[in-house]
Amino acid sequence: MTHAQPASSHPTPAAFNGVVQTVREHIVEFVSDSGEGAQTAGQMFGTVSAKMGNGVWTVEIIPAEVEPPLRSRAGASGNRVRISAGTVTNMGDKADVMVAFNDQVPYSRIDVGALRPGTILFLESKWASDLVDDVRKEYADALADFAARGYVVIEVPMEAECLRVVKDARRGKNMWCMGLLAAVYQRDLAIVRKEIEHKLRKKGPKVVTDNLALLKAGYDWATTHVPYRFDVPAVPATQEMVVMNGNQAVALGVMAAGMELCSMYPITPATSASHYLAGSFPRVGGFVHQAEDEIAAIGFALGASYAGKTPVTITSGPGLALKTEFIGLAVMAELPLVIVDVQRGGPSTGLPTRVEQGDLLAALYGAQGDAPKIVIAPATIAECFHFMVTARNLAETFRGPVLVLTDANLATGQGLFERPIVQDDWIAAAVDQAPWQEGAVPYAWDGATGLSQRPVPGQKHGVYVLTGLAHDENSKVAYESAINQRSMEARSRKLSTLHKTLRPPKTYGDESGELLVVGWGSTLGAIEEAVDRLRADGLSVSSLHIRFLSPLEPGLKEIFARFKRVMTIEINYSDDVGAPGVTAESRRYAQLAWILRAHTLVDVDCWSRVPGTPLSPGDIEAELRRRVRPS
Amino acid sequence: MYGLKQDWMLDGLAREFVLDDYASGVPRWCPGCGDHAALNAVHRLCRDEQLVPEKTVVVSGIGCASRFPHYMRTYGFHGLHGRALPVACGVKSRRPDLDVFVVTGDGDCTAIGAGHWVHAIRYNMKMVILLMDNNIYGLTKNQTSPTTPKGGTSNTHPDGSTLSPLNPLSVTLGITNASFVAQTVDWNPAHVYQTIKAAHAHPGLAFVRVLQRCPHFMPGHWDPYMNDPTKVQLLTHPDGVGVDDGLKRLFKNQRVHDPRDLAAARVLVEQVAEVPIGLLYVNPAAERYDFDTARGVGLSTAARRTAVQAEVDRFLI
Repeated sequence: MTHAQPASSHPTPAAFNGVVQTVREHIVEFVSDSGEGAQTAGQMFGTVSAKMGNGVWTVEIIPAEVEPPLRSRAGASGNRVRISAGTVTNMGDKADVMVAFNDQVPYSRIDVGALRPGTILFLESKWASDLVDDVRKEYADALADFAARGYVVIEVPMEAECLRVVKDARRGKNMWCMGLLAAVYQRDLAIVRKEIEHKLRKKGPKVVTDNLALLKAGYDWATTHVPYRFDVPAVPATQEMVVMNGNQAVALGVMAAGMELCSMYPITPATSASHYLAGSFPRVGGFVHQAEDEIAAIGFALGASYAGKTPVTITSGPGLALKTEFIGLAVMAELPLVIVDVQRGGPSTGLPTRVEQGDLLAALYGAQGDAPKIVIAPATIAECFHFMVTARNLAETFRGPVLVLTDANLATGQGLFERPIVQDDWIAAAVDQAPWQEGAVPYAWDGATGLSQRPVPGQKHGVYVLTGLAHDENSKVAYESAINQRSMEARSRKLSTLHKTLRPPKTYGDESGELLVVGWGSTLGAIEEAVDRLRADGLSVSSLHIRFLSPLEPGLKEIFARFKRVMTIEINYSDDVGAPGVTAESRRYAQLAWILRAHTLVDVDCWSRVPGTPLSPGDIEAELRRRVRPS
Repeated sequence: MYGLKQDWMLDGLAREFVLDDYASGVPRWCPGCGDHAALNAVHRLCRDEQLVPEKTVVVSGIGCASRFPHYMRTYGFHGLHGRALPVACGVKSRRPDLDVFVVTGDGDCTAIGAGHWVHAIRYNMKMVILLMDNNIYGLTKNQTSPTTPKGGTSNTHPDGSTLSPLNPLSVTLGITNASFVAQTVDWNPAHVYQTIKAAHAHPGLAFVRVLQRCPHFMPGHWDPYMNDPTKVQLLTHPDGVGVDDGLKRLFKNQRVHDPRDLAAARVLVEQVAEVPIGLLYVNPAAERYDFDTARGVGLSTAARRTAVQAEVDRFLI
């Protein structure tokens, strides 16, 4: 039986020509159908590179469905790995190299602009001789299209080569490709082998042996069939470093912060934090409660808070919406609680696996009446860890809920940061069980700060009945006008008190100039990289990143005054100036811009997009270039 | 206490609690409301069992009955409508030393909080739940509740409700891992007390439905049962709710019911003509979720710090 030959216009792959190209950084993508192991291979490539001393940022490529149709243009599953001679803070722009297990999955990446002319595409070639006519045709069409787009396609008989080593190639192609890239990027094979042994240790010695054989086979194939070798110089590490994604950092932060209960309900893209906790929390004396719904999850957490613990609940936009009534109660009754919102696309079910920064206003204002609360947003994976310690501390000091806004970009992005050294005072209990003074009241609001100490069940003389109704210092239900005014003031005053302790944010770049770009959350790395590029061309652009959103960091008005123009860059929706039907009066601003305008009375502009992907430095650079003239 | 000077003794031994130690304020429920009976019974139970006030937590939702914690001089949590149970489970989760009571109503538990009801029963964490069931929404002024009888009129169904009422007992008995289900009537304080006492002694979640009068919106609703005690069937059994001679004299319609017989309990609660009171079902061996949630409680700071650092270090490159 003969198969149709691929209509390939590409040269037969050539052996390594002996020339190693040294590059400062490279972006490599692994894409496959779901379940073929491209994510594992990508993560391993990232980890191995980190261990060799490269800066690394890994981004998961996740299909929305658990098992999307095979060879689906929308169903790509895998990883983007950016490796560098320096520190990496974001996913970067276009991929330099892609490994694709079929000819259709690259399109989901092409659709989001992840490739460029010149991208080297290692493409599984078995589809050229598929039994199904349509598949052969799709393959041929894709090859022609890839050539027209300027990609450098290297057809690789991945499955055929794997079958020389193992019986089931679907389960081993990823490690064969890992071997191929280990050759191209001259990865230390001893480190790769160790990773494979570690990763597959639970699957038995046979699986480990097979995968090590596949690694070697891929490596050997590349030495005779792939003409490229890249060197991304490694930086000797001066500090001990850890590598993890933002959700793992949040989960570790929860433990390091001494929280001992995570009460959650499954929701994408937040759940992986709880998955990680479910495995490791018991080893540090903690417990994950999977509640019957989002409301019960926060209710359970608040019960534990009332009983003297500081719990965490981890959710995403739809869950935050369901939790708002209880958040109002936590504000009213002054119950410490950490709420993590791993933001995804909205409104409604929106884009469950994709990034957005659309919950900022809901976090600040989404509750009954005036419910002042602390809202902070980590900007890096390291901050995802450390902000949990801060959040618990703030929740207890200021006796109320603290919202921590991360997003799908931080949650699934994997990067390096300095090894944290866990401290006793992060973990120590918030309150002891010593009796209260007789006659002490549960809400002894300090007139200047609004602060008061909370009694906890078990404490003699602290007995009180918490209520969500308006109440006085004794927690007695009170409908009197003066008491309501005073208690509202006390709760609000706590934010003023925290505000006094904050320092003005530092500008990145010059402290004055033509344009100031303000961001928050996961966009930090991409914004600063774009600013670097513009500044290298002599353009007067600086940036500022805000971590405390409620209360807002001090000194903003003064900083803004030093720039001719101020704008925010955000991953949420805003009307573009001049869009059909949009007038200067009706224009809806991005969410941080909205807050900054109200707060500073400065005419803060914005540029925001909702692509369902992180904003790349290139996207931001292009927009900023449109806005600043060479000086 | 007993003529001894208190400072001779350890604090824990010296304290003796009387009824007043558990009472707070003057209840604002209407005269004749069944909530008073439940409150008195709980005060008495606390006194008889000498529960330490600061180790006792009463959790409620929103509704007339949910005012209950305000009339207790213990810790209390008067939270959100329908959400008493998740809060109570959370209180218990990491504090096994606390005695937890939940007071909820037919709207709070069987309507807006129905999801939590199902799951709290399944969790079976040690606590007492009092479902104060007056078949009507009182606090929001006379709306139909899930337990309002078919045809009952209210502000939301002026022509009478068109659906048959939800039976909280058959629902509870149908939930996996239910471990204690009882019913009592507010107009017999002795039985209310005995039922709550048995509930508190139960090693798990005890669900008690209290049939309750609402003299304001449901006047005369339970009169047929009050005027003719034979319409009330007193369940008796050595493992059931304690029944003294007074109760036996009043409730002549008696039935020996083994509370371990789930099938018989389900039949009992479906009968229409008579109201069974007493312990319908008990399984002291049911799985306890609070044993899971309390794992790791009390680990020292140093031990936790070391363990957390080890978790962090798994991510070292």
